[in-house]
Amino acid sequence: MPPDLTTAPAAPRPAAPDHAPLLEIEGLKTHVDTPEGIVRAVDGAGFSVPRGKIVCLVGESGCGKSMTARSVLGLVEPPSRIVEGAIRWHRDGGESVDLAALDPRGEAMRAVRGREIAMVFQEPMAALSALHTIGDQVIEAIRLHLPLSREEAEERAVRLLTRVGIPRAAERLRSYSFQLSGGMCQRVMIAIALACDPALLIADEPTTALDVTTQARILDLLGDLQADTGMSVLFITHDLGVVAEIADEVVVMYLGTVVEHGPVDDIFHHPQHPYTRALLGSVPRLGTGPRQRLDTIRGTVPHPSERPEGCPFHPRCDVAVAGVCDRGEGPVEVALGASRGVRCVHAGAEGSAS
Amino acid sequence: MLSYVARRCLYMIPTLFGISVVAFAIIQLPPGDYLTTLVSRLENQGESVDRAQLESLRERYGLGDPLASQYVTWMSSILFHGDFGQSFEYSRPVADLVADRLPLTVVLAVTTLLTTWLLAFPIGLYSAVRQYSPGDYLATIVGFLGLAIPNFMIALLLMYLGQTVFGMSVGGLFSPEFEDAAWNLGKVIDLLGHLWVPVLVLATAGTAGLIRVLRANLLDELHRPYVVAARARGMPERKLLVRYPLRAALNPFVSTVGYVLPALVSGEVVVAQVLSLPTTGPLLLNALRSQDMYLASSVILIVSVLTVIGTLLSDVLLAWLDPRVRLDQG
Amino acid sequence: MTGLAAAPGAAGTTQTPEGPPTEKKGGAPPRDSASQWRLVWRRFRRHRLAMLGLAVTAALYLVAIFADFLAPFGTEHFDEDYPYAPPQTIQFDGGLHVDGYTTAVDNETYEQTFTTDPSQRIPVGFFVRGEEYRLLGLIPWDRHLFGPTEPGAPMYLLGADRTGHDLLSQLIHGTRVSMTIGLIGVVVAFVLGVVLGGLSGYLAGRADTVIQRVVEFFMSLPSLPLWLGLAAALPPEWGPLQRYFAISVVLALIGWTHLAREVRGRFLALREEQFVTAARLDGCGRRRVILGHMLPSVSSHLIAQLSLSVPAMILAETALSFLGLGLQAPVVSWGVLLQDAQNVRVLETAPWLMIPGLAVVVAVLALNFAGDGLRDAADPYRR
Repeated sequence: MPPDLTTAPAAPRPAAPDHAPLLEIEGLKTHVDTPEGIVRAVDGAGFSVPRGKIVCLVGESGCGKSMTARSVLGLVEPPSRIVEGAIRWHRDGGESVDLAALDPRGEAMRAVRGREIAMVFQEPMAALSALHTIGDQVIEAIRLHLPLSREEAEERAVRLLTRVGIPRAAERLRSYSFQLSGGMCQRVMIAIALACDPALLIADEPTTALDVTTQARILDLLGDLQADTGMSVLFITHDLGVVAEIADEVVVMYLGTVVEHGPVDDIFHHPQHPYTRALLGSVPRLGTGPRQRLDTIRGTVPHPSERPEGCPFHPRCDVAVAGVCDRGEGPVEVALGASRGVRCVHAGAEGSAS
Repeated sequence: MLSYVARRCLYMIPTLFGISVVAFAIIQLPPGDYLTTLVSRLENQGESVDRAQLESLRERYGLGDPLASQYVTWMSSILFHGDFGQSFEYSRPVADLVADRLPLTVVLAVTTLLTTWLLAFPIGLYSAVRQYSPGDYLATIVGFLGLAIPNFMIALLLMYLGQTVFGMSVGGLFSPEFEDAAWNLGKVIDLLGHLWVPVLVLATAGTAGLIRVLRANLLDELHRPYVVAARARGMPERKLLVRYPLRAALNPFVSTVGYVLPALVSGEVVVAQVLSLPTTGPLLLNALRSQDMYLASSVILIVSVLTVIGTLLSDVLLAWLDPRVRLDQG
Repeated sequence: MTGLAAAPGAAGTTQTPEGPPTEKKGGAPPRDSASQWRLVWRRFRRHRLAMLGLAVTAALYLVAIFADFLAPFGTEHFDEDYPYAPPQTIQFDGGLHVDGYTTAVDNETYEQTFTTDPSQRIPVGFFVRGEEYRLLGLIPWDRHLFGPTEPGAPMYLLGADRTGHDLLSQLIHGTRVSMTIGLIGVVVAFVLGVVLGGLSGYLAGRADTVIQRVVEFFMSLPSLPLWLGLAAALPPEWGPLQRYFAISVVLALIGWTHLAREVRGRFLALREEQFVTAARLDGCGRRRVILGHMLPSVSSHLIAQLSLSVPAMILAETALSFLGLGLQAPVVSWGVLLQDAQNVRVLETAPWLMIPGLAVVVAVLALNFAGDGLRDAADPYRR
């Protein structure tokens, strides 16, 4: 950890003495009540975030990845609600708490938000209030959880802004969000997220709204910060390029469920689930020859309210087995080693074939 | 900030010019000019007409000159001499007549505006935060009624109820014993005792409108990403509400003065007539009915100019509140 | 999607697993407009208050159309013998009847007061013969929905005014003027608003600035004193019809600004839509882009906005006429009827004279509800 971020009175984080993950999500179901019926946005998702790692949550839009992230901090608002499942948060001291069971407006949840788990959003401009200065918002984030005086908080704010690469940070405290570029705003959001040295940073498509060069700089920054502080990052994206760049582990979601998860190299080199393979096949690569066509995934993502029976992916799957994949509750997760799992009837057999 | 205010003041000039042209047009619209009306009036009353005096009047108003030069004569005597012309109905300078009644009009308008804010703010806030609660429905119903009932009807109803149920007169701004008295503490207290009726009547429509504006804006703001982001930082709900959405919803609230104020001044004309208030409204009506056009157009001119200035003040207030207005264009 | 300009090239534009573009937002292109209206109607029907508002509005316009038939008496009918006669109630005992009146004269003030007298019976019936009129302005007829079976007998279900006019009949006839003056005003305002607002929003730039300044100018004026000034300047020798049109134009002159703002905002947003760009690239002329492509996609908003400006016009006419500067007798409108209710003393003897005010409130509420519902139905994504 760099000296400029250690002023927090929090005890220095031990380097994961046990191998218990930091965050464990199990059978999470978050549903949305719409006039047309219940939409099962998150439908039994489960995965975990180990200490000190960057986990990427990947999937098409509408697969429930953002809703999963928001469920962790209790930020789902009516008509959405968490119906079932556990979100276990393991603190350093060995103490655990089920975030899904906390009152989203309660004091316990509030103590977690921003202090232990921080979040960065997709639209940095919209996520900052245009009526308050940058300084106001950073200092506020600091003083919400740390017992610092206004002056001390201001000093810390300047150090935070400098750390996330904002030049002339002291002057910038008096700027407003609309006077900054999108990339600068996202740096400010990251500074706010780091204000109280969280153990987990949830980044919900933090680079999607930014242009390509800015995206790369923000990704580098996040990678550096993670390495410096040893925090864990749950990074939500639909961009496999981003995943390849920063992920330690990957979780692939489809229609509200996790279809495959594992270390990034395994996922990229030995994808097991037909959906993962299809995703990877749709990415353009260098050196594949001039006439090489990109694979596309057949059909479109069904609306979450019209979730197919059986394996959610079977209508679009090339290797679906009639009479097996299209009925029942869908395949259960098959564990392939300590940190690897896939939900497919072909798991194991199919993987060795390819 | 200063440059913003300066630019807003510059923008006001064409508006003020436009108003003066409209007011001048109102003098010119009725057939015949001021003097022919005056002469026919005097003759009707069987009075003799002093030709020499007529000529001097003709000279003074530039009658017979082209319209443009009449306008210049009219405007310059207002701007440089404060001379708004002569009311033949009252045979007094228009400026004196208006000066008698304008202060009370301003007091009434400002009090009503403040009342509107004081009422609309908490109700709109409650309505948005407790959406679809019984209180919200009640506020919505009251809001709809407030917009649908013409305010002179409310005034009539109040007067009728005051008369039949409580046996008291709710009209006017002063009790008879204070009407012509000089200003003293007693007169001020008497004024306050009478003022609440027209203020309440006039405030209904504006309050109803503002409640709807505030509720809609607040509901809009409550689900903005920056609110979610602040919640994700662990901000307590009440503090969150006050610091972000409420603060943001305040801006449209302030800027609605731009339309509440003109509506207020409009409403004042009718309500003042019904409640027989000593304000500019009845003065304007009488002037229009008797075609006392210098008086009428002067009242329209002054009231409109004051409205525009009020709107300007609210714009400046908005710029002070909202950095986007202040900095983005400056 | 029917191969319209609006459909972006659907073939493989997105290689990221974002999936195909789900649904285009914003205005539907013209060919979809039939289904667009069906959608609006479906959403509107779910809005109960709006349906009620629509029903009441429809009923009011039916009353306006068939006023001659529905009203027991014509506008000119009055009976000087019954000034300020109080309302009667219809009673049933084998046949319908209302009570007659007895008069008492105050010995000091010589004021006449009326009370209903159960001992006198004035039989009333349906489809009775009365004054002749032309139904829908064409068919001569003399039947009225209901009235005293004996012509000339006093029947004042809502009371009488100073000169013995039947308030109920007057109210029914007044519906015609009050509900239509708003319409004509709105049509004029609509044309002004759409033309100027549309130009402003489509051309943007300098033209936009100039038009916006004009709109702001009109909006910053206190409208009533201005209306009053203009209305007072109308030549007194003008007939009722001329006056009617003049007043509606006066109302429209001030009322167009909100519409112009609305249209401009919509057009500014639409300019950026792909189907507008596509139409322009296809070589459509300016007029064709505006009328053929942009206007249809804002039409539902416009109609909602229109239905919301009718009540404002009704209120304005009522205020003008109430002050005696709008329409004048013998034309009957709700505002003209309310002129009689200006004095508290009169109200004390005849509180029923405030009933036309109730009609105004009902009409304005109904139109507001219907308009609000329509606006929500036309644009479910607004809030």
